[in-house]
Amino acid sequence: MKRKIPLVITFIVGIVVIISEFIPHKPFGRISGELENWYLIIAGFAIILGQMNLFKVNLFKIRYKQKNWQFYIITLISFIIMVSCGLFWGTENNPGLFGNAESITSVVGSKPFDYLFDNIYQHLQATMFSLLAFFIASAAYRAFIARTLESNLLLIAAILVMLGNTSLGSSLTCWLPENLKFLHLPNISSFIMKFPTTAGQRAIMIGAGLGIIGSSLRIILGIERSYLGGE
Amino acid sequence: MEHFFSVLGIWLGALFTFAIFSFLYKDNPFYKVAEQIFVGLSAGYWFVYTIFFILIPNLFDPISQDIGANWIKLFPAALGIMMLMRLIPKTEWVSRFPIALIIGTTSGIFFLRYLKSDVINQLTATMINPFAGSDPVTIIGQLMLVIGTITGVIYFYFSKKHEGAFGVTAKIGIYFLMISFGAAFGYTAMARISLLIGRLQFLLGDWLGIISP
Repeated sequence: MKRKIPLVITFIVGIVVIISEFIPHKPFGRISGELENWYLIIAGFAIILGQMNLFKVNLFKIRYKQKNWQFYIITLISFIIMVSCGLFWGTENNPGLFGNAESITSVVGSKPFDYLFDNIYQHLQATMFSLLAFFIASAAYRAFIARTLESNLLLIAAILVMLGNTSLGSSLTCWLPENLKFLHLPNISSFIMKFPTTAGQRAIMIGAGLGIIGSSLRIILGIERSYLGGE
Repeated sequence: MEHFFSVLGIWLGALFTFAIFSFLYKDNPFYKVAEQIFVGLSAGYWFVYTIFFILIPNLFDPISQDIGANWIKLFPAALGIMMLMRLIPKTEWVSRFPIALIIGTTSGIFFLRYLKSDVINQLTATMINPFAGSDPVTIIGQLMLVIGTITGVIYFYFSKKHEGAFGVTAKIGIYFLMISFGAAFGYTAMARISLLIGRLQFLLGDWLGIISP
């Protein structure tokens, strides 16, 4: 019962959504539209569930004094501060439970939630991703050891694309005569992106698309049941 | 007072930038603190975003304004609450019903979306006359596009052993995939370096004022 009903729900819902594409009239079109609205609302609750689970997991780590447990206190505090600021005083265009925070805005310059977002969150996010530049450089050193034809192609394509998108690359080949303009680095970069890269991306998209279609069918028909969890 | 908070914001940004960059030396408490603050703020941000931009406009506003016309939205609300019961081990099974609805809808939507955009549309876009171009470079490019797509798809066919003529075709497919990965790698590296330049501009411009922003 606990497993069969969810399987029936998945089957009916999946089939209705697919049928509505081919029969967009009543009742399928309307049911499908309503289901997509429901999906949005339940997905919202799923995100809330994720945040609450993060809170719970961190709380357990602190309670049982797991390794580096002190740092998880910081996670919880920053989570509570961000949520409180957002819910009590709202965001840029949305009032919170305590109104629009005019008095705080006149002192700080923006709402507390936006202040935290602009001055801490954005900086942390940008720095965290920029950190990857260093790791990508070290990964490139290992990946670009040109031993085979495949790694040579990878190396040459990456270098040409990078050079073609910088002013240095453009200035290196700007002296080329008109009839050899196709060898100008920005043109080579554009050619690589337009033709061979598109071909590779299309092959991946078609392969992945077929895989997703197969997986969707397996789920709708109840062959794939791992999402229900084990019991 | 507003100026003070503006300056404080810049100093906080600089402090956290250095805390994250300190990881380049080795893992240390400053990095760990900044990392955990990032996790907490990120989770908090998405929590608030979900409330204000998903649940209020799609659920709370319609129900509070006209429940007679929007009573049907009480069903997804109930399913949403059932989803939250996953947090309690004893009632975890209740969350299977909303999960089943989400998985069923997603499967149906993905089946149609990927069939159209990733399979049919991509195949249609590949079935071109490669010799229809005005110059030799375009003709060569279009030939590469057709050959690369077909051989690339053949590479992903694993039900037959890659040997003989089939193996050669799959090998050509790998070459196109490698060029594609190389180009993607180049773009990713450039995007990360541009972020790094952005951080240096913030430190040298907004924080230290050495360069003009």
